[in-house]
Order: sequence, then C-alpha cells, then structure tokens
Amino acid sequence: MSTTVAPHAGAVSGPAEGAGQRRPPSFFLLAPSVAVLLLWMIVPLALTLWFSFQRYNLLDPTVGGFAGLDNYEFLVTDPDFWAALANTLVLVGSVLAITVVGGTLLAVLFDQEFPGRNVARLLAIAPFFVMPTVSALVWKNLMMHPIYGVLGSVARGLGLEPVDWFADYPMFSVIVIVAWQWLPFALLILLTAVQSLDHEQKEAARMDGAGPVSQFFFITLPHLGRAISVVVMIETIFLLTVFAEIFVTTSGGPGNATTNLAFLIYARALLQFDVGGGSAGGVVAIILANIVAFFLVRTIARRLEV
Amino acid sequence: MKQTAAQRALIAALAWGVALLLFFPILWMVLTSFKSEVAAIATPPQLLFEPTLESYAEVQSRAEYLRFALNSVVVSLGGTLLALAFAVPAAYSMAFHPTERTRGTLLWMLSTKMLPPVGVLVPIYLLFRTVGALDTRTGLVVIYALMNLPILVWMLFTFFKEVPKEILEAGRMDGARTGGEFWHLLLPLTLPGIASTGLLSLILCWNEAFWSLNLTSSEAAPLTAFIASFSSPQGLFFAKLSAASTMAVAPILVFGWLSQRQLVRGLTFGAVK
Repeated sequence: MSTTVAPHAGAVSGPAEGAGQRRPPSFFLLAPSVAVLLLWMIVPLALTLWFSFQRYNLLDPTVGGFAGLDNYEFLVTDPDFWAALANTLVLVGSVLAITVVGGTLLAVLFDQEFPGRNVARLLAIAPFFVMPTVSALVWKNLMMHPIYGVLGSVARGLGLEPVDWFADYPMFSVIVIVAWQWLPFALLILLTAVQSLDHEQKEAARMDGAGPVSQFFFITLPHLGRAISVVVMIETIFLLTVFAEIFVTTSGGPGNATTNLAFLIYARALLQFDVGGGSAGGVVAIILANIVAFFLVRTIARRLEV
Repeated sequence: MKQTAAQRALIAALAWGVALLLFFPILWMVLTSFKSEVAAIATPPQLLFEPTLESYAEVQSRAEYLRFALNSVVVSLGGTLLALAFAVPAAYSMAFHPTERTRGTLLWMLSTKMLPPVGVLVPIYLLFRTVGALDTRTGLVVIYALMNLPILVWMLFTFFKEVPKEILEAGRMDGARTGGEFWHLLLPLTLPGIASTGLLSLILCWNEAFWSLNLTSSEAAPLTAFIASFSSPQGLFFAKLSAASTMAVAPILVFGWLSQRQLVRGLTFGAVK
C-alpha cells in the first residue's frame, strides 16, 4: 500500500491539528520548517490564482477589476501560447530521451574497469556543476558561433559550410545545451544505481550463457528501473522551467521558435507588465508540474521507510 | 567479467572519448580565458598560444567581478545557513521522534519542491517590489533558503536515520537530555552528513539562475547574472567571457567533484544511494 499519499492534503492538516493537546518538544523543532514551507507554498499559489482572474497591468493603473476567465481565454486563443506549450514539450521530451538513453549507456560504460576511470568520471560529470548562464554562453559563442566557434572550424576543416546554429536550428541548439548539462546528472545517478547491482547475479547469468546484451536487458535495465524513473521525474520538474539558457542565447526567438512556457510567462509579466496574463500562464505551468509531481511523489513514497 | 585485451582497450578508448567530449567545452573555456582577445577569435582556433592573464585583469578592473562574486558568496552561504537552521531541527525531530504524521509531512515537503518557480514568479516579484526586497541580497537569501529547504530536510533525514539507535539509547541511559543528546552525541556523528548537505545547498544556490536573473539587477546580482550580461552583442569578447566564466565555475566545480556521492542521495530524495 502506502502509495496512496495525498501530498498536499496530508501534512497541511497534519502538523496543524490538535492544537489543544500537550506537544512533545520535537514538535517545536519541526513546526518552523512546516510553517515557512506552508507559507512559501500557499501565499504565492493563492496570489497567482487570484491575479489570473484579475485585470492587472503594471503600466496602466486605470485597468482593474475582476476579469473572470478573460486571461485564460486570451491565453488559449493566443497562438504564442500553443507554440510555447509545444516548445516546452519538445524541449522536455528531447532532453529526457537523450539523457536517459545516453545516461544509461554511459553508466554501464563507466562501470567497467579501465585505466584512469575515476578521472574520466569526474570529467564526464563536470558539466552538471557549470552554472546555466555559463553553459549557454560558452556553447553559443565558443562552440556554436558560425565564424569563431569550434564547430564552425571543424566544419570548415572537413570542407563543409559552417552552420549558424542559433539562426537555423534554434530549438536544436537549446536542446544541445540543456542536454549537455543534464546528461551528466543522469549518468551520476544511474552510475550509482549500476554500482549497487549484485555482481554475483551477473556472474550467474554469464555462467548460464547470457551474453553482454541479454545481461544488459534482463539484469541491468530492470535493476535500473526505479533510478531511471526518478531521473525522468526530477529532470522533468527542472526542464519544465528551463529559463536562463533561453534568456541568454535566443530570448525566445527567432520569432517564438524557442519560447517555452517559462519564457512566455516571464515575457508577459515582466516585459509586457501583464500580471493577469502572466499569472494565467503560471497556473498552467503549475498544473503541468503537478501531473509529474504526482508520479514522482508516489515513486519515492514507495521507497520511504519511516 | 573476462574480457580480451582488445575489448578492454575499446572500452577504455570509448569511455575516455566520451569523457573528453563532454568536458571539452569546459576545457576550451579555460584555454580561451588565457588567450588575448585576438587569439581567442583566431580561425582556425589556436591550440598553441602564448598564455596571458590580461583577460582576468580586464574582467577584474572593468566589470567589478569581485562585487558580483561577493554577492554570490553571501547569498549562497546565507541561503544555506538559513535553510540548515530550519532543516536540522526538523530532520532531527522526524528521524528520532517519528510520529504517525512523519511520513505524510516528509512527502508533503517533497511536494512543495514540485511547485515550478515560474508558476509563482509574478506574485513573488510583486511581493518583493512591495516590500522593497527587489535587488537585495536578503531577498535572494530568503528565496534560496525556502527553495532548498525540502531537499535539505530530506537529505539530513536520511543521514540521521543511519545513526544507530543503540548509541542514542546508551546516551539516554546516561541521562543526556534532548539538547545534550544533540550537541554531544548526534552532532559529532552526523557532522559529515550535515556538511555534505550544506555543500549540496551551496552548489544549488551558486548555480541558481531563475530567481537571480529575475529578482536582481545590479546591487545584489550574483555571478549568474553577471555572466548573463555578456550575452549582449556588444559584449562579445570571447577571452573576457571565458575568464569571467572560469572564475565563476571553478570553485563550485571542485565542490561538486568532492561531494558527488552525497549529491546523488540529496538530488534523488534518498531514492538512490
């Protein structure tokens, strides 16, 4: 059982109830954290919902009042919104596919014995610790710049025409940068999981005549199941709100080619000062994230022993 | 597994090839940072060049690198210490005095982490504007502490759970009270766990680039925002960008390498150890 946890309801009523009883001292150790997290969750959430039903533009104080569903109607009839939603899904989906498949293969590879293994592992996981603005600008300028970038030089060296990545393949370029940051994350988690695999089991399978490929599919992959699902869900949470990489490279363009939901909300609220519209977008982002969160919390709940 | 020499060589070559390919952009950034601006945009790219520190000096003198770096240090340390001050007691209480609600509380804390920052950007921005917290270090410290609190509670909880119950019971028999138990028994035992939790928090704060880009402009802007200022076309100086980036990345990369094991635990909420 234990998978039927209602995360939001569970603890909201949990620590707060029974106000009249005598409390153990440990209650006072836990209460501050619960209180600030409750505030951190409830207040912005309530405000986002409230604003999403308001006419509210920071530039025009004369506009105001209850908007009903106007902000949502404006949002869903805006082609930019659907483009942003599609871009978000393409970005999340592509990066997930690259990092999970690549991360699994690399985890198996780096689990093998070879000279300098520890150093090679450190190099491979390094991109995860690079701050997003640095990754984005290093890739945009040093790697992908059509004239001065390394990729352009490689192309010329091979007698090919250099590609202007961000002009011709903007979404692909963003995907490359984000995947470069998250592949090491998947590798790090999955490698840890591979190393916890019982080697006697693999040995037994080998004795029974299983080749490396069937060992991978029948022993390693099933063993990695939970780790992979955790990677997928944690990455999804972060990838749904990729922002800095787009902010410093394409600013959502050209046109709306790389505008994802996060960037759309930012542009609505902080560039066009449309608080109501931005908030309506925020509500959509929260709903998307909660669909993923539901599964993540269930998976982790199964593992939790208290 | 028995492998032939050829297979072993292939594995080594493949693994090293992938590792170097993934690391290449970082390596190239470090190399470029030691070039002059002219050498940095030479085509074809120069592998051999006369190293110079002029970009580092330039970034330092013109762009006030140190001010941004100080902001990064202050908000990362501040956010981490504030979060630990809340998380250590909470995790202690749940690990050593669990009640029937502990499980629900933990999962609820995890679920707060699922609220996408962009979903609450608008109200936080307006709240900050109202109370004058925009572009202040205090504002970022509070946001960072709240943002990481659930992860820190979880990570500390899994560390505290590993402390053998017998040790605590022995302490209690000797008459240690809750406070004393914590300071004299638990703290020494769990200090490595608390340290790596703090380290993870430092890494996450240092690299955070959503709130820092949206809530700061100049006064409190940390390095993430400083680097972003190089994105304008006028700022296209490869060597200077590389020097600033190298300085921004180097310290946290070392921290990350040191704590990779514990990081897995923290980032997966204890689901993968």
